[in-house]
Amino acid sequence: MTILITHGHVIDPGRWNGEADVLIHDGTITTVEPNLHVKLEQSASLTTIDAKGLIVCPGFVDLHVHLREPGFEYKETIASGSAAAVAGGFTTVCCMPNTRPVNDSRSVTEFILAQAALTKKARVLPIGAITKGSNGEELAEIGELYEAGCVAISDDGTPVMNGLVMRRAMEYASAFALPVIDHCEDSHLSRDGSMNEGLVSTELGLPGVPNAAEEVMVARNLALAEFTGARLHLPHVSTAGSVRMVREAKARGVDVTAEACPHHFSLTEEAVRSYDANAKMNPPLRTDADVLAVKDGLRDHTIDVVATDHAPHAVQEKQWPFDSAPFGIIGLETALPLTLNLVEEGILTLEQAVAKLTIAPARAFNLPYGTLAPGAEADLVLVNPNAAWVVDPAQSYSLSRNTPFAGWTMKGRVEKTLVGGVVVYERLPGHTR
Amino acid sequence: MSFKHKDILSIAALSPEDVALILEAAEPFKEVSGREIKKVPALRGKTVVNLFFEPSTRTRTSFELAAKRLSADVINVSPSSSSVVKGETLLDTIRNVESMQTDVLVLRHSSAGAAATLAGHVRSSVINAGDGWHEHPTQALLDLFTIQEKKGGIRGLQVAIVGDVAHSRVARSNVHALTKMGAQVRVAGPPTMIPPFLERLGVRVFHHLDEALSGADVVITLRLQLERQGRSLFPSIREYSRLYGLTAERLQRAATDVLVMHPGPVNRGIEISHDVADSRSAVILDQVSNGVAVRMGLMYLLSQLH
Repeated sequence: MTILITHGHVIDPGRWNGEADVLIHDGTITTVEPNLHVKLEQSASLTTIDAKGLIVCPGFVDLHVHLREPGFEYKETIASGSAAAVAGGFTTVCCMPNTRPVNDSRSVTEFILAQAALTKKARVLPIGAITKGSNGEELAEIGELYEAGCVAISDDGTPVMNGLVMRRAMEYASAFALPVIDHCEDSHLSRDGSMNEGLVSTELGLPGVPNAAEEVMVARNLALAEFTGARLHLPHVSTAGSVRMVREAKARGVDVTAEACPHHFSLTEEAVRSYDANAKMNPPLRTDADVLAVKDGLRDHTIDVVATDHAPHAVQEKQWPFDSAPFGIIGLETALPLTLNLVEEGILTLEQAVAKLTIAPARAFNLPYGTLAPGAEADLVLVNPNAAWVVDPAQSYSLSRNTPFAGWTMKGRVEKTLVGGVVVYERLPGHTR
Repeated sequence: MSFKHKDILSIAALSPEDVALILEAAEPFKEVSGREIKKVPALRGKTVVNLFFEPSTRTRTSFELAAKRLSADVINVSPSSSSVVKGETLLDTIRNVESMQTDVLVLRHSSAGAAATLAGHVRSSVINAGDGWHEHPTQALLDLFTIQEKKGGIRGLQVAIVGDVAHSRVARSNVHALTKMGAQVRVAGPPTMIPPFLERLGVRVFHHLDEALSGADVVITLRLQLERQGRSLFPSIREYSRLYGLTAERLQRAATDVLVMHPGPVNRGIEISHDVADSRSAVILDQVSNGVAVRMGLMYLLSQLH
């Protein structure tokens, strides 16, 4: 089976940026070259996809999603989450272990991989727990999680508060070159908090989470990574202080990568004013100064990666009063246009924006994806960069609807997504998106 | 000049004209409560539901009496008898109540924004009777009414608000209400009880009580939530009382005709000494009786919209 994608603007960050055709044979990339369609003879076994006017780039790699299965299938399943992923251009998603049961064992990892294999949409790569039950005390069987297919470890959502446990986790994981991810939040400092602590929380009377709740843990984790030599990945960096510390640590040679979420560079705490729980996430939406710092971090590559922290919650859960509603928003289907906004704003070039969704996250977790190099898996996305569409949560492929971007006009739309040379998503003609 | 709001969710959302109109509307109802037959037919045939998801005696009673003296039918729903414990969402609870053709829903809830969130989903007027740490607008309105009654006006007065401002809906509503009506507001409390950027709401912040009391025309003391002691907000009740308790000696720094107010319930000997609470300066019981008139005025204004 041979596929030729013609006339597209191919962006394979660091390798190609310009018009070219992409030749795919048996699910892997063969050649990226201009005018291949002129040289190749038509044959029955050759399928041609016309990508005129579209960007053709590696499928996106999301280092941070919550697929909720097993345990919370009313919010999302591996099937629905991966359908949302490919609709948003993501061909690889790394799913956090805060399921029920927690992914702290080979059996849960294997279950996730088996469910993903049935779905045949995005590649689903599990992230294992750092500690048993993610309770922050005893290390999970990290070696076996690695053997079973986990690509990183994290106790996401329940930060590892004990510094000694984190030290040991970093030391132990380095034997497998596994990245260690820590949701940076001092849970004493953040206790009861439901939004950024600042002027808006003062006015709304909502309990706040100060920047320092994130920053003290970023500082600790950077110190431990420097000390142990471990591969540290910092998720959802949200404060100016965190960006500054990561920048300094990188300059010193600490082996750290960092991610930013689209909501943290697209919205501020002002979005909470209506008490809409769809603006409630953890870490919370911060101030203008923090948003600017996150953008600066993306610009100078202090922040390597854009990841979604896709966190589905049922409609009724987000209708609870703000302080008792769960944290998180869905993000797989809005990440691309929100990242392209950074190109419009002059913060990133188009190629850099694509890199932060593809090769940069793949490198952070040592994954062989996010590239169109010959021999790579043919994971691609075709994007119309100019198409405008309005976010209608009802059209989401996710089981959940919790987005603060409902009604926003987005620019940049996924037209087609391929995983391993198979078209797994094609925009429906009637769909606005 | 007419009242255009369907709901009373916060003082922040009201204009100075709105506030003046409510105070004006309350005035004639004060006289009603002094009559032998304490009833007028203004809300006859209307249904008022008190939904109190937090314990309250004073505020709930005040709303109930206000509605009854306006001839409305009133029912009280409290958490123990409600279906909230059965897992029904707050929104569903309210929609069910409203399906019985209610006109005014009075809501108290421990979550900030609860009233605002609901108001968008129901036809009835929603009155916020306290939402978390956010606002308690009718308390601020009755405080304004009392100050105006005793002082003849509000503009230009020096008002000190003392205590745990960070966790106080009464403080937030009063800051907005008093600054809107032209008073100069100071707040005093330990830094752990002052929320960030409070000055941006147009108040001066003090950490020493004596400075805040100097020349004050009105002092509003807040109730100390004793259960907060374990939360590192203050070292001990003893120290809090020594540093921030209002005593007769301290009060001498204030204006000679100072008014002392308290939203209740009072912790005597902690935020306010026994002698101050019972002094001629204290108008704590006037606040309570004015509360009924203000709530009558408010419900009357809201009913004019229906």
